[in-house]
Amino acid sequence: MAPITTGHYLGLSAALLLIGVAGVLTRRSIVVVLMSIELILNAVNINLIAFSSNSQNVRGQIFAMFIIADAVAEAAVGLGILIALFRNKDTVLADEVDLLKW
Amino acid sequence: MVSALDQLWMIPLFPLVGAAEALLMAIFARGRWKRAVSVFCPGMVLLSFVWSAAAVMTLSHEPARVHQVILASWLPPMGAEWGIYLDPLSAVMILIVTGIGFLIHLYSVGYMAHESGYARYFGCLNLFVFFMLVLVLANNYALLFAGWEGVGLCSYLLIGFFYRKHAAAAAGMKAFIVNRVGDAGLLLAIFMLFATFGTIRFADIVNVPAGGVTVLALLLFAGAAGKSAQVPLHVWLPDAMEGPTPVSALIHAATMVTAGVYLIARSSAIFGVSPEASALVAAVGAFTAIFAAMIALVQNDIKKVLAYSTISQLGYMFLALGTGAWWVAIFHLFTHAFFKALLFLGAGSVIHALDGEQDLRRMGGLKKTLTITHATMFIAAVAISGIPGLAGFFSKDAILSEAFRAGSTALYVVGLVTAGLTAFYMWRLMHLAFYGKKSVPIHAHEGPWTMRVPLIALAAGSSLAGWIGVPEQWHTPALFRAFPLWIAPVFHQALREPAGDPRMEWILMGASAAVALVGVTLARYFYHHRPAMPGSFEQSLRPLHGILLNKWYVDEFYERVFVSGLAKGGGRLLSRFDTGVVDGGVNGTAWLTRLSGRISKWWDEWVLDGGITLGAYFVKLLSYPVRVLQNGHLQSYALVFAMGMVALFSVYVFSR
Repeated sequence: MAPITTGHYLGLSAALLLIGVAGVLTRRSIVVVLMSIELILNAVNINLIAFSSNSQNVRGQIFAMFIIADAVAEAAVGLGILIALFRNKDTVLADEVDLLKW
Repeated sequence: MVSALDQLWMIPLFPLVGAAEALLMAIFARGRWKRAVSVFCPGMVLLSFVWSAAAVMTLSHEPARVHQVILASWLPPMGAEWGIYLDPLSAVMILIVTGIGFLIHLYSVGYMAHESGYARYFGCLNLFVFFMLVLVLANNYALLFAGWEGVGLCSYLLIGFFYRKHAAAAAGMKAFIVNRVGDAGLLLAIFMLFATFGTIRFADIVNVPAGGVTVLALLLFAGAAGKSAQVPLHVWLPDAMEGPTPVSALIHAATMVTAGVYLIARSSAIFGVSPEASALVAAVGAFTAIFAAMIALVQNDIKKVLAYSTISQLGYMFLALGTGAWWVAIFHLFTHAFFKALLFLGAGSVIHALDGEQDLRRMGGLKKTLTITHATMFIAAVAISGIPGLAGFFSKDAILSEAFRAGSTALYVVGLVTAGLTAFYMWRLMHLAFYGKKSVPIHAHEGPWTMRVPLIALAAGSSLAGWIGVPEQWHTPALFRAFPLWIAPVFHQALREPAGDPRMEWILMGASAAVALVGVTLARYFYHHRPAMPGSFEQSLRPLHGILLNKWYVDEFYERVFVSGLAKGGGRLLSRFDTGVVDGGVNGTAWLTRLSGRISKWWDEWVLDGGITLGAYFVKLLSYPVRVLQNGHLQSYALVFAMGMVALFSVYVFSR
């Protein structure tokens, strides 16, 4: 059985990133959009840890920890906005909200 | 050597310095260092008196007895300059102003000692003396007018001295406004003098051609009547008694109110050639004399009696001026200054002793307590009544005999009756205040020495002042004719031989003495022997008594006609002018403004706004293709963003 190399990790990461981006762009529910953003962030984390392991350097792992903390905060803010949106507009669907214009 | 005559400007300068000092003290010292004011201000007037006396002594050695000093030019084409003119007439005036002025300043030190505003009082009083000296020493009408207005200002300030008291403030304004009526006449007279003679210097207006100066003389008389409180402009003087009593003595008895007499005497060249104006002056004077004397009969305020007495005596002076006996008018002015100042200061002493009581009905029996005041006022009352021997007799008799000689029996009779009334009201005052029942508070007392000395000095003056102008037919040594001899260079008729029978003169003299004695006796009978009689007279003559008590209702008449009548009628006229002309103008302007506004609105709406709207419309048109991009959907923005990222990476990857 072939050993798992850095390249495999990068492949996984790229796949997760693409799934995340596709989710953000195509899903109507903002909840799913937020989950997709988490996927993108985790893709970045895998990338960082893969390189950290490859170069025998812990800096990447520390960076990943920061990103996890950041993701938590971002999810909290995002869910807060979502709840406010639901209370005001009675919807959680992104295409039913078009406030971001002139 | 410094001659007092060459430095005449020092005479008015002294009181000016005093005024400056006292007013600065009033502003900065705030009631401290009173002693500095009490010494300095009377001292300055005394210095001025000494200087005046020295100048007059020097003047008497000059043959022409005229001395003119020009200090600086002012309005050269008019002949108006800062000039001093000292002749026998102004010499008499400056001696009265500074001499009696000093005595009254001294009296004020005691009288005003406990009043607040002490320094302000002396500042105004000194300023008054300064302006009065400017008035009498001026060598032309313009400078005289400056002094004339200055004394009016000081009179206003001093009448309203107790400015917290409403009546005093109102009386000050009344004096000022009534005087303005006369002053307007004087100002017009000065313009007319310049138009007629091309100069307003006294020394240049001597030989006036007869005819054509009557209007001018009447205008001058209007000014004089205002200042000297002649009917119909007399209403301010009784009210002026709201001022402190020494002020009444100095300004409203001895000096300022005689400025009108001085003005007409100074303009004798003009009045001399206008018989019509002179006749009016005499008639107004005689009428004022008897009119005011009748009011004085029934007044109950001690100062009001004296105020009407002053108006009446000024009437005498105008009577003399009108008959052409100018020197006699000045002579009466001279003697009157002594005894009337004394009467006022005596009244002040009584008021001071009674803690401000001025009502004669609440006085009585003061003879015992106020010995000196009583003795001096007795002399003054004898003098003003015209009892032979004292000052008033000589001058009043001279006026009556001149009126008789001028051929006007009516004027003479009015003068004679007034003399009787004068004696009566003066002795009524004496009886009510000093004799009769004793109703005096125990603590009543004479004033300090500063108040007693002026009383005694003025009593001496009231006794002796008349003896320098005894009638010609007495054939006395020249000393007893000193006054006419002195003033003769100005008024030549002062040495005129008596035209009529000398026996007639003795009869006239006897008549005036008899009338005076009758007045005194009647007053004694009424108020001493039969104290109930005045009351019953009042009952039986109620309408007349009411009219006199209310001063012939002149004030009410003025109130009805001028104050409310003219003010309200004028108000109505002004209101019509306002609604018609002023409002019309305003409304017309407003209409024009609205019209131009409408035009500008049309321009704005159609031209300017149109242009801007058109521009905006073009921009809007151009924006349609672009606005599709910004549809507000989150995910379309994210798509553009992602596409952009892809594009950038593509460039990065494929360009290598």
